[in-house]
Amino acid sequence: MLERALSGGKRYWQFVTILMSIIGVGVICYLFQLYYGLGITGMSRDVSWGFYIAQFTFLVGVAASAVMLVLPYYLHHYKVFGRITVLGEFVAIAAVSMCILFIAVDLGQPQRILNVLLHPTPNSMLFWDMIVLNGYLFINLIVGWNALSSESKGVPPPTWVKPFIYLSIPWAVSIHTVTAFLYCGLPGRGFWLTAILAPRFLASAFAAGPSLLIIICMILRKVTKFDAGQEAIQMLSKIVTYAIIINVFFFLCEVFVAFYSQIPEHMDHIKYLFVGLHGHGVLVPWMWTSMILMLSAIVLLIIPATRTNERTLIIACVAVFVGTWIDKGLGMISGGFVPNPLHHVHEYVPSLPEIMITLGIYATGILILTILYKIAISIKEEVE
Amino acid sequence: MKNSRRSFLKISGLSALSLSSLSIGNVLASSAGVTNTSPIGDASVKPEALQAKKWAMVVDVKKLAENKRYEACIEICHKIHNVPNMPNKRHEVKWIWEDEFKHVFPGQEHEHIPDEFKEIPFLVLCNHCENPSCVQACPTKATFKRDDGIVLMDFHRCIGCRFCMAACPYGSRSFNFFDPRPFIEEVNPEFPTRMKGVVEKCNFCAERLAKGQQPACVEVSEGALIFGDLGDHESEVSQILKKRFAIRRKPNLGSGPQIYYLV
Repeated sequence: MLERALSGGKRYWQFVTILMSIIGVGVICYLFQLYYGLGITGMSRDVSWGFYIAQFTFLVGVAASAVMLVLPYYLHHYKVFGRITVLGEFVAIAAVSMCILFIAVDLGQPQRILNVLLHPTPNSMLFWDMIVLNGYLFINLIVGWNALSSESKGVPPPTWVKPFIYLSIPWAVSIHTVTAFLYCGLPGRGFWLTAILAPRFLASAFAAGPSLLIIICMILRKVTKFDAGQEAIQMLSKIVTYAIIINVFFFLCEVFVAFYSQIPEHMDHIKYLFVGLHGHGVLVPWMWTSMILMLSAIVLLIIPATRTNERTLIIACVAVFVGTWIDKGLGMISGGFVPNPLHHVHEYVPSLPEIMITLGIYATGILILTILYKIAISIKEEVE
Repeated sequence: MKNSRRSFLKISGLSALSLSSLSIGNVLASSAGVTNTSPIGDASVKPEALQAKKWAMVVDVKKLAENKRYEACIEICHKIHNVPNMPNKRHEVKWIWEDEFKHVFPGQEHEHIPDEFKEIPFLVLCNHCENPSCVQACPTKATFKRDDGIVLMDFHRCIGCRFCMAACPYGSRSFNFFDPRPFIEEVNPEFPTRMKGVVEKCNFCAERLAKGQQPACVEVSEGALIFGDLGDHESEVSQILKKRFAIRRKPNLGSGPQIYYLV
């Protein structure tokens, strides 16, 4: 199986080389951070989690969204997704790997990471997050790998894999629920202290993940002989439509509760993000961009003509992906820390090395995805 | 070569034996009901150590404003605990500091508050909560609550995930964004310095209580800070709180803060 990743055309190796160089820069910046400390990032005493944890949160969603392919295909025998389910599982593998890397680079003492296993603490949500993330990685490795190797041999997948497939469905929901529980159980942080945080995370995940898959399918059609098929892409676009509408609806519910109840500690964070607080508002243009992107994507996705037209569909998918990324990857984490518990406003902006490390991890994820897809597409091309 | 290896094995075997007998001794000591509260977390309690069921602190805000000892309190604490003076405010490490009423008690300020309250500094520090959110959040038990109510940090176990900082509703925790040692003016050899990448906070002077001393800030406050056992009805803190009205920071969160402000 793996040998297929080692035989590729010129463009394949060029792409791998570009990714490797970005990873190289990221590694150098990380060594710099390891030596000097997390002070080289933009984080502070008041905004103690930043870009890394935000990317982790966003990517958990991307990983969980594989269930949007697995569930229709395996539970409802929706055959159209048969060709692309493994692509969804491989996105999950790449995304969870990035999540684990983002947690690792965020630690002040990464060499002590095994303390989480040496001193297991079930009352800490981080302990459960470790379990669900690693579990999800292994489940998808088992399921994806077996599905692919039996496809290459032209036999049905072994029956012992079935329980893992069914397990992966609630497990996908669990990874994003536990990730939301990291934040929404903290008593002093009004922005996150809401029961709708986990559902909201899931809604934005099921919008961002499938829209990424649509984009990937269109790229694959251009650069390989693999075609996911019109019907599969159209079904994915309907999933994106519902999910992004539910995501925006959940957000508006949050806004209503905060501003109708008029409770300051719930209003202040939303005010900071969308209009600025006490003259501080670096995220204001970003948050409005995010809202405009999500709302215009909803318009493009609801109108059947623009949803079925692949040109407008891809615009809508990019808008959904970027919009949800800003919402979760920029606003969600630092928004919860500003203002701080003593109601001081100290803003957060990521530093250059922090952004380079982040890009390095994204490149690692894309490299994992490229290798897995190279294998998968080669097999699919051989079978056909 | 052979000899040195043999002697090495001998020594290591002996030390392992003595270590295990030591720990057996500790277990026996605690089971014999000597005590289960300990100054830093180990089982050896010296006879001179101050002990309590529930340590708490009362801050006499007006007295502190009058005698102006708040700066002395901050200074002595940061000095004896090797708290670094970080040049960048973003990387600040602080165990005890001063702030205004509206920041210490957000949501409780209003425009008719007496001017004296608007101006005077309030000392803030770790609340050593009865139900600490930081302890609940920590994935390694590096931060833990002792039986006498003190919430402590194990600097050697902390992985620096900063979950406790997100969990603390009082902003009482600091993270070492850089190696703090170059930023300590004069190192106190009696207390450990920290390394980069770990969280720290006020420890209610657990190391001083173990030697029978009051917390350093209390000692220099000239009576404006009162420290004692709320589990003992006869203690000074219990008596004061019976007579005078005190407020706590964010009591509605259920964390049970143990710093009481007399107003």
